[in-house]
Amino acid sequence: MTTAPVTALEVGTVVAEREVHLTRDSLVRYAGASGDFNPIHYRDDVAASVGLPGVLAHGMLTMGLAVQPVSEWLGHRGVVVRFGVRFTRPVVVDPEQGATVGVVAKVGTVDADGRPQRIDLTVTAAGQTVLGKAQVTVAFR
Amino acid sequence: MSVNPELVGRTFPPAQPYLVGREKVREFSRAVFATNPIHHEPEAARAAGYDDVVAPPTFAVVLQEATLAQLLAEPDAGIDFSRVVHGEQAFTYDRPIVAGDELTATLTVTSVKTLGGNAMVTAESTMNDAAGEHVVTATSTLVVRGDDA
Repeated sequence: MTTAPVTALEVGTVVAEREVHLTRDSLVRYAGASGDFNPIHYRDDVAASVGLPGVLAHGMLTMGLAVQPVSEWLGHRGVVVRFGVRFTRPVVVDPEQGATVGVVAKVGTVDADGRPQRIDLTVTAAGQTVLGKAQVTVAFR
Repeated sequence: MSVNPELVGRTFPPAQPYLVGREKVREFSRAVFATNPIHHEPEAARAAGYDDVVAPPTFAVVLQEATLAQLLAEPDAGIDFSRVVHGEQAFTYDRPIVAGDELTATLTVTSVKTLGGNAMVTAESTMNDAAGEHVVTATSTLVVRGDDA
C-alpha cells in the first residue's frame, strides 16, 4: 500500500487500476453481506422471466468494488468524502465464465497544491462502460 | 399506478439505530473486494487513527436499505417495486463509519420527476451517530418504469 506523501499530479494521470473477476459466488456473498436478496442476482429463471439477458451483478457491488483501488491508493493518507455513480449498463455474470470488471482511476481535478481532489473512475465489463459519472472526492489528512 | 408527486419533502420516522459490528464490516469488506487493511485489521485501523476497523465507502447502503423499504411500503407512494431500477447512488461523508458506531438513518424524499413514461424518485438517508453528529448521507435515485415502458 502506498504511504509516500501525496504530491502534485496532472489531471488525467492514472493513480490506480484493477480488474476484478466476479463469479456467481461473489454475488451470493454480496447478497448476504449487504442484505439485498433480489433473486435477479442469483437465479437465472427469475432473471429470464423479467426479460434480463442473464443474472446481473448488484449495481451496488460494482459500485463498491470500483472505489477499492482508490482506497488502496489513498492508504492512510486520506479519506473518501464523496462517491457517486450512475448505473448505466448491467454486468451480466455467466454461471460458468463469470464476468470481469475493469476499473481505471484517473485524476479528475486537483486542489490548490496540485494534489488530486476528484478521482474519476472508468468502469467496464465485456468492453463496455457500466457506470457513468463515477467520481470519488478525496480529502488528505 | 404512478408515483405520488406529493412525496417531495416527506421525512420518514428514523429507522432503528444500527450498531456497526466489526465482523459485519469485515464481511462487507470481503464482499466488495476491499484490500486496504484498515477494513480488516483493528491494529491497522488504530495505526491510521481509528478506534476499530473502518467500513468501506459503500457500507452505508446496508443502513439505507431499511429506510428505502419505508418509502416503498408507504401506502400513498405509488411505487411498484417490481418496476424499480436503481438509477444513481451517492455517499457524502463527514467521517468514515467505524465499527462500534451506532447510527440512526432518517429518509427524506428530495425530488420526484417524470421523464417520458418513467418517474425518477430521489431520496436521502441521513445517518447520524449516537452523539447526533452527521456521519454520512446516502442519496439514491430510483427509476420507476411506467406502465408502457
